[in-house]
This record gives sequence, structure tokens and C-alpha cells, in this order.
Amino acid sequence: MSDMTPKSAAIMGAKNGSPFILVLLPFAVLFGVLANQAGLSIEAALGFSFLVIAGSAQFAALQLLTEDAAIPLILLASLSVNLRMAMYSASLVPYLGKAPIWQRALVAYLNFDQAFAVSSAKYQDEPDWSISAKVAYFLGVAAPLATVWYIMTLVGVLVGTSIPQEWGLDFILPITFIGLFAPMLRTLAHLAAAVTSVVVALFFADLPSGMGVLIGAFCAMIVGVLVETWMEKREAQ
Amino acid sequence: MIAEEKVWTVIVLLAIGTFLIRFSFLGLVGDKELPPIVLKALRYTPVAVLPGMVAPLVLWPAATQGMIDPLRLFAACVTLGVGMWRKSFMPAAISGAVAFYGGLWVLSLAS
Repeated sequence: MSDMTPKSAAIMGAKNGSPFILVLLPFAVLFGVLANQAGLSIEAALGFSFLVIAGSAQFAALQLLTEDAAIPLILLASLSVNLRMAMYSASLVPYLGKAPIWQRALVAYLNFDQAFAVSSAKYQDEPDWSISAKVAYFLGVAAPLATVWYIMTLVGVLVGTSIPQEWGLDFILPITFIGLFAPMLRTLAHLAAAVTSVVVALFFADLPSGMGVLIGAFCAMIVGVLVETWMEKREAQ
Repeated sequence: MIAEEKVWTVIVLLAIGTFLIRFSFLGLVGDKELPPIVLKALRYTPVAVLPGMVAPLVLWPAATQGMIDPLRLFAACVTLGVGMWRKSFMPAAISGAVAFYGGLWVLSLAS
């Protein structure tokens, strides 16, 4: 279908992205609730979801804010959670690299996990689409999901105000983090990276908040790459 | 209570940083190949950051003044196990929450 119009591409994108509403919805509500419980204003909670628009990094920043970590450490730790998106950015270049700069900026703003996964899979199947159809498809996937993300954050904040502090919501954040990374532990290399991250972070737990996590992340990335390289060599033999 | 000023500083700088990461290749660098070693390392960032962040929260929770709490440890293990088994966020998070609140409820019956 090389004659795909941008409009029908956008509609198709919205359709293909819609199952992810169910994934994002509880996650956004949760962010709103926890932001509220941490004492953030409604504007700040929405500011996170609207300006940063990156689930894991928002939760990480929220956690480190409640630990009263220093601002540079909060930024470094949260941004390293987002570093994978540089990879997303790079893999979109062959498909969208020739689009007008403002369209590429818009795509970049909306380049979160689900939008990237759905769109890049489609681009591989439909190499003949025009660039404007490809951009429209991306926005079709991402814009409704982003809207759900904003609105449900607001709902979460409002729900949060009616939840008493005694409910022990403090432990929902760790559960959220574990639920996020556990499904990624598919290979020995990922497992080794996760274990390294835990051991090093605990070892440096007495350093200022956020510092141990950063040192652990750095070591964990090296271990992940080393184990992966080692396993590739073993398989090649 | 966290200072509102600090929160907004983090929001704005994090927003700029996140946008620059997402815009990097698409907007600035263009069609240049990343060294394979960097590509590999980038794939490990979530599993390199999140477990280290979570470990102290599980082992030394603020809610128990940093004492090891068997219930929180148990709920964390349930979340991890279900997450690795089902390879999906929702079943893991729900099981963990059920384990935690179910445990709290059982403990409240026992006392």
C-alpha cells in the first residue's frame, strides 16, 4: 500500500496503539496517586506527565525527590533510565530522518516505549509508505496514548487526595519498579546486570541518596555487555 | 514536604534532558551508526538502574525505620517471580500488591 494517505495512516496508528491504553492507564493513575502522597501539587504531577512523559523516569525522580536526593543526582539517575530512548531515536532515522524538523521534534517528544515499538514494527512492514504517512502513523499511535497519560495522571492525583496515608502506599512504588524490570530479565546478561545493580547499590547505600544507584548502574551496564559478549562467543563455538 | 521550587527544577531539567535524548539522532546526529558496544550498553539501562533503586527500599523500608520487614520482602519476591514468569507488568504488580495487602490483613487478624 504505497498510496497510503497520512489521514488513513493516522487512523490505523490510533487503532494499532489502542491496546496499550490498558497498559498506560493504571500506570498513569498510580503516578498521580503517588505524586499526591509524596506531597506534590497537582500542577507538579501534571507537569511531570506533560513535560517529561516517561513513566519509569517519572517514578524514579519521584522516589529520589522523596529521599531528598540532590538535584544533579536525581537528574542523572532518571535520565539514565531514559538513555535507551537514544537507541529509539537512532532507529527511527532511516524512516523519519527526512521529515521536516518540527515533525521530527514532535515525534521526539512523543517517542516513548509503546509508540516506538508499534511504529517501528509497522515501518519495517511498510517500507513504501511516504514520509508524511509514516509521521502521521506515529502521531496516530502516540497522541491518544499521551492524552490518556495526562488525563489519568490527573485522575490519580484526585484519587490520591481521598486515600489516607495509613494505607501503606509507600510500598507500591517498589512493587511498581520490580514489575517494570522483572519482565526484562530474559537473558543471563540482563539477570547479571540486575544483580550487579542491586549488589553495588546496596554496598554504596551510605553515600548520599542516588549516588549508589548511579555507580551500580554504571557497573551493571558493563557487566551486561560483558556477559552478552561472552555468551555470543560461547554460542559461536 | 518537598520544596515546590526543587520539584519544578527537576521537572524542567528532566523534561529538557529527556527530550534531547529522544531528539538526539532523529534531530541532531542524523544517520550515523552508533558503535555496537554503545548500542549494547544502552539496552541494559533500565535493568541497570531500577533494581539498584529498589533494593534498599525493599531491604530497609522507611516505613519500618529501616528494619528488615518479612512481609515487604515477601511481596517483593512475589512481584519479581510473577514478573519473570509472566513477562508482563500488570500480573506482577497486581500479585505484589495482593501479597502485600493480603499479608497486612492476615497480620491484622493475628494481632
